[in-house]
Amino acid sequence: MASKTTAAAWRIFSPFTLHSPCSISALNIRQCSSKLATKQDKTPKRSPFRPAVSSTHDWIGPPNPLSNLRPIVYHIPENESDLQKRLRHLRQETENWNHDFWTKQNFSFTKEKEEFIISQLKANGLTPRDEEGRRRSLDSEVMAVFYKGFLDTNRVRHSSYNNEWYRRNFTITMLMARVALRNIWRTVAKRKDKNNSTSTT
Amino acid sequence: MYKTPCCRLSGLVGLSVKQKLVLNVPQCNQSARNLIQLHRRDPSNWLTYQHLIFLKRQYVTKNNNELHQRAIPKQAPALTIVNEREDTIERQVQRILTIDPVDRHTVSQPEDVNSEAQPGISTLKPVTEDAAEQRDSVSGTVGTSHETPHVHVETDKAKEERLDRQWKQVKVNVADLPDVYAKLAKIKLTALVVTSAVAGFAMAPVPFDPLLFFVSSLGIGLASCTANTINQYFEVPFDSNMNRTKNRPLVRGQISPLHAVSFALGCGIPGVALLTLAVNPLTGFLGALNIFLYTCCYTPLKRLSITNTWVGAVVGALPPVMGWTAATGCLGQGALLMGGFLYCWQFPHFNALSWNLREDYSRGGYRMMSVTHPSMCKRVALRHSLGLIGLSTLAPVLDVTTWTFPIISLPINLYISYLAFRFYREGDRGSARKLFFCSLWHLPMLLLLAFTCKKPRRDPEEPPAASLALALQSSLPS
Repeated sequence: MASKTTAAAWRIFSPFTLHSPCSISALNIRQCSSKLATKQDKTPKRSPFRPAVSSTHDWIGPPNPLSNLRPIVYHIPENESDLQKRLRHLRQETENWNHDFWTKQNFSFTKEKEEFIISQLKANGLTPRDEEGRRRSLDSEVMAVFYKGFLDTNRVRHSSYNNEWYRRNFTITMLMARVALRNIWRTVAKRKDKNNSTSTT
Repeated sequence: MYKTPCCRLSGLVGLSVKQKLVLNVPQCNQSARNLIQLHRRDPSNWLTYQHLIFLKRQYVTKNNNELHQRAIPKQAPALTIVNEREDTIERQVQRILTIDPVDRHTVSQPEDVNSEAQPGISTLKPVTEDAAEQRDSVSGTVGTSHETPHVHVETDKAKEERLDRQWKQVKVNVADLPDVYAKLAKIKLTALVVTSAVAGFAMAPVPFDPLLFFVSSLGIGLASCTANTINQYFEVPFDSNMNRTKNRPLVRGQISPLHAVSFALGCGIPGVALLTLAVNPLTGFLGALNIFLYTCCYTPLKRLSITNTWVGAVVGALPPVMGWTAATGCLGQGALLMGGFLYCWQFPHFNALSWNLREDYSRGGYRMMSVTHPSMCKRVALRHSLGLIGLSTLAPVLDVTTWTFPIISLPINLYISYLAFRFYREGDRGSARKLFFCSLWHLPMLLLLAFTCKKPRRDPEEPPAASLALALQSSLPS
């Protein structure tokens, strides 16, 4: 319990989160509800935002408004093997990590874009809204300067995310393949046993 | 891993703080207050909220008074989608910022940062969720959001989007599989790729072999399906964040990643094997090379450097080369010329397309010329459009077509060059869109003209081919 709170405290006060309290709270809520979901395995009550954990199929939800990624409630089969557990944990962790990255990305993009627009308008002596109360928008050529700047500042972060994502995606798929093969093997073995037992009796 | 201070009380705390919030935050913007009130109501009233937002944005002029007003039929879908998307993104930003005063107020009390930041989220979430819903409903046919709430006439598109926003089981629905596979394989793009390969095959100066033609088209089509599927498999989180691609099957969870990879292998292995064994090893090698270039070079490069466009142009140029090598068995000058046509064509096509997607590319982290080097983007598009004229003139020199070809293809080549020039000078959304749409009909037209001007083979038994039917008839072995 203490370790949980210290971990949470670190997450709250680390330099990144101070800039985006929304995202880290969103992450907390997400992890919160996913943990709730796994604990609710025994009580199949349907919460308004997440279905109960099934033992046969995953559930996939609507895109998260912050990261645009769809949350998945992974199924926990009966007699879950170690391999399946490893796969499920890896998928959940990757999902959280992805959500984290994209929330940060979208949030900082939107924020920086807004700041850029306001600073550009100020530099031209214009107010953010025109006479009719509508927001002024900038020319696409001017905005292109911002887009380029955004890509350049985040270059290293993007490429490291890319590498990590490819690695994780590949590992998850290999694990899924192994799990699938093992399931097939188990089913075949069971059927063989059944045939043997029915033929002997 | 999930070590959060996951208080089960968080929900209750959030609710009580939320109530406090409504009372204690006078500087809350009108929109924030609206949505806090609405958040307490059940979701079926969110349509009212969307309606309010639309009114506020002076988006609906006459339609909101007419109960049965249907969506405006989209004549120029690209135009309206793009415009509305920009506005909705701005709206989303506006709402995020209006929530900011709320957040600053809550975060200023440090001892309870976690639980108090949550109402920021619980208010932020429905805001952006509505924004996402709005974006969805706006970018589709604007059915439900323009109507007053008690008229529940839902278009099919709006219904699909509403169902899309609900939780679904990841279960393979066999009835949906063909549609899913078609989307995975980007079937329309595959059809265009096969068409360009067929053009290469048809231009080869050899007798027409229908069986070989069929087998090589099938093999190239399967290879293209594989490449497209693997590309989608790699790009799931990026696709989720771009409007153009967020409805892809892997993003929506209609099938699992393993299933997608199995499908890719199930297309790729037979496809390449078919090309290698039933056609010739050179074509098989080119097919495998193309898959490799697309999945392992182009896809990762999209996020690393602008050279991805040149690699992508080579990927686009290989199918007609493959068509030619399938017919002749060797890599002749004609093959390279056909490849050259596709290579040059890719630049005005892709640069114009990417011009209007700059925001999405930037947010998604894609490094495209249109974002990082805009003037180079326009210059390259113009240069390669002019290059098409040069290549058309080269065609008769290499004995691929007669001299009629450069003459009759000059009008369309000049037209696309003119549009590329306009794009180069003006560099705005309109000229980019015009250039893109022109490129869509320009290529099939060019290939067709090339085929009609195909150099007749110096075979005394057969008359010169003047049209498609005649050519096919005359080249059938007697």
